[in-house]
Amino acid sequence: MRGLLAPQAIGPQDRPRVGGKALRLAGLRRAGFRVPDFLCLPAEAYRRFCAFRGLSERIGLELARKDFAEMRWEELWDCATRIRSLFLRHPFPPELEAGLREGLARRFGDGPVAVRSSALEEDTAGASFAGLHASFVQVSGVDATLERIRLVWASLWSDAALLYRRELGLDPERSAMAVIVQEMAVGEVSGVCFSRNPAAPGQAVVEAAWGLNEAVVDGSVAPDRWLVDRTPPRILEHQPPPQRRRRLVAAPEGARFEDLPAALAGTPPLSPTEVLAVVELARRAEEHFGEPQDIEWTRRGRELLLLQSRPTTARRGGEGEDARSWYLGLRRSFENLKRLRAEIEGRRIPEAERTAAELAAVDLARLSDAELVAEIERRRAIRRRWQEIYDAEFIPFAHGMRLFGEVYNERLKPGDPYEFTSLLRKGGLLSLERNRALARLAAAVRERPELACCLDAGDCAEAAADFQRELEAFLRRFGDFTCELGGRALCAGALQPLARLLREMARRPAAAPRPEAADASRLEEAFLASFPPERRGEAAELLDLARASWRLRDDDNLHVGRIEARLREAEAEGRRRLAAGAGEAAALERVLAAAAAPAPPAEAGEEEGDPSIRPRQLRGQPAGPGFARGPARVIRSPDDLERFTAGEVLVCDAVDPRMTHVVPLAAAIVERRGGMLIHGAIIAREYGIPCVTGVPEAVRRIRTGDALAVDGYLGIVTVGGGELCGGDPPGGGCSSA
Amino acid sequence: MSRPAASPAGGDPAEAREVLRRLLAAERFAVLATEREGQPYANLVAFAPGESLATLFFLTPRSTRKYENLKSNPRVALLVADSRNRAADLAVASAATGIGEARELAGEGRSEAVARFLARHPALEDFAQAPTCAVFAVGIRRYILVRRFQEVTEIAIEP
Repeated sequence: MRGLLAPQAIGPQDRPRVGGKALRLAGLRRAGFRVPDFLCLPAEAYRRFCAFRGLSERIGLELARKDFAEMRWEELWDCATRIRSLFLRHPFPPELEAGLREGLARRFGDGPVAVRSSALEEDTAGASFAGLHASFVQVSGVDATLERIRLVWASLWSDAALLYRRELGLDPERSAMAVIVQEMAVGEVSGVCFSRNPAAPGQAVVEAAWGLNEAVVDGSVAPDRWLVDRTPPRILEHQPPPQRRRRLVAAPEGARFEDLPAALAGTPPLSPTEVLAVVELARRAEEHFGEPQDIEWTRRGRELLLLQSRPTTARRGGEGEDARSWYLGLRRSFENLKRLRAEIEGRRIPEAERTAAELAAVDLARLSDAELVAEIERRRAIRRRWQEIYDAEFIPFAHGMRLFGEVYNERLKPGDPYEFTSLLRKGGLLSLERNRALARLAAAVRERPELACCLDAGDCAEAAADFQRELEAFLRRFGDFTCELGGRALCAGALQPLARLLREMARRPAAAPRPEAADASRLEEAFLASFPPERRGEAAELLDLARASWRLRDDDNLHVGRIEARLREAEAEGRRRLAAGAGEAAALERVLAAAAAPAPPAEAGEEEGDPSIRPRQLRGQPAGPGFARGPARVIRSPDDLERFTAGEVLVCDAVDPRMTHVVPLAAAIVERRGGMLIHGAIIAREYGIPCVTGVPEAVRRIRTGDALAVDGYLGIVTVGGGELCGGDPPGGGCSSA
Repeated sequence: MSRPAASPAGGDPAEAREVLRRLLAAERFAVLATEREGQPYANLVAFAPGESLATLFFLTPRSTRKYENLKSNPRVALLVADSRNRAADLAVASAATGIGEARELAGEGRSEAVARFLARHPALEDFAQAPTCAVFAVGIRRYILVRRFQEVTEIAIEP
């Protein structure tokens, strides 16, 4: 059993190599607790795996990509995804693999096991952040076990762990992870128990649900709850859940939810005697460790098994104290995401469309000044409400494509961890639909030069009635998006920005969205075929969910943007009246003062520092493959966007979906905001335009007109031609040498 | 012009080659010197030795200054040293400067060079596989090996 430690071989001195969880389980088994048998793969196996063929260095390169302090949540996810992909594809050193295969096969055969992390830092800093690392149940066979071991190791660098990297003391040179491979205990009823209720130390708390324990621990099944007096043991209160609907059951390759049979749905999962037996188990664990315990248990037949025990203070301690817990809260289960999708597609989007249409129908010019003030306030409240919906529902739903990406990478282990995005590009994005309509209008202007003149004049009704009709249809469908950019005082009805854009597009045919990747259907087949037949339906459902998530990631801002545009329109009307000397000047001034455009982010300002220090090569994420050169157009205001000309590199804080109309004109995209799945990256991939995101200094340090080379394969942006002699003082130039 | 494999200390030429071989096998990084318009330019690069002493490989993105320089003048020098920033390095460190011409590889030659390079630097796989990454082979004409502070040996390399 080379490399694997049995519980009886683990003593307190092994703590630095087996981690707190394995050490506790070994101690409990020795003390006679019924703990499912296990083997521990100590930290040195992780180190050997990482030392083999440069994995440590690759992790180091990933972590050094960018200063963590500058990373957004999404970038942490990207970082963790790439590291996970490295682990999934990395081979075991042959000797280690042989030892593991032999040891695992001999102890567990093909029988199902659970594969769990045992972090070395646990019980110290890590103890406060339980649940950061991966664990898997119902893993059958040595191959699958080795695969899960890789994923548990990779979870040392999970996005959640990276969030708490300081507290965990994460360091690519030193950190390591032990793994527990444990006989799978499939109980009929499972749960947790606090030997002492943190809120009332005289009590214990038991939570229990039908099925496997993981559903109780991660909160996906609402448990029955009992408050129990410790001495003498006596049930004080039973709090049943609103309904017992589902249970998590063992399935091939993991676990799945199933509806509870009616008989069980009406029955508490534990009898009063059993509740007291669980409390007694927790009390014994407390006695063993000498401090209050938080245990996980399962009941198999008549047998009550102890799955885990840790100090009460450990659980969920990391939550709630800062914004990080908000981010972790975005991670949703498949079930949760399905419900969210139904809500968004069935209710929110139609409502957003109705709201925008209703607002657009209001004739602002006919309102009295007082009515206009009220209208601005009403629109502002509506806008606020939609921002809340955006934060609470649209943003979490973006996790749909991430969840799919994780599953896809696990199943197919592609070289490019973002290969999965080529499967998501099915079904139209609103902004692409708009761009296609724009391209049609631009083509007309290209073919009929006289249209440019009437566009400039603001009316083509006489010169080209057919074109005017198309233009009006476009405006009805999409609105004049150039005024949605914010900050523009007057836009309603002013066609100049759109006219200019059409002329620019007519001057040089713009890029068209790429057809769906030729191999997308092949990848889709490969993805579905990687599941056993009985799980393919679920896999297809996940893919469909991810596609909806991808679409919404781009469309959501357009939906909210239309509502925002109606607010801006009302504010513009207010300003116009003020300028013209309105009657209700004081009220209008008050309501407009509240509308003062938010200050541009600090990043949007131009660099004012030492002019002798200039960027040469900036690093970001390779968010859209390709290579292009072109002059920079740095977007700091809507005017910059208007001046955008074909062949320039779009440099901006973040590609807003309301900006995507210039993307087809762009040679490449460079964004400050980081992420592989943000709007800019999505649109760039749709058009096959090179894109680098997450360049912290993009807007600050690149100047409009700078010659840029954008390498979307490597994620680097090179500024200038690299001359070595141009700036030399007279007489010291190189050419004289 | 050159005195092949001569050592001013009168040492064993085969021994100098062996020292050189060990140095190239042990070190991961080299300083690459290029030139444009009379202006020298130096870079730290990850390198890998070829099958014989006659070739060294390194990679660079095509948007870099060194790539531009190499396009206009392929003559280069590569410095490989085992100094570790210790005071004792003065006496104990060795350094070899290889001089020759860099040639960008394509097709099969590129694949073979990348395989050799990745055996030495497996962590640079993504970098090496990117279409924008150029792979160079430097054909070395001569090495200048410096040991024991000022003992200098020239080693000519048969093409």
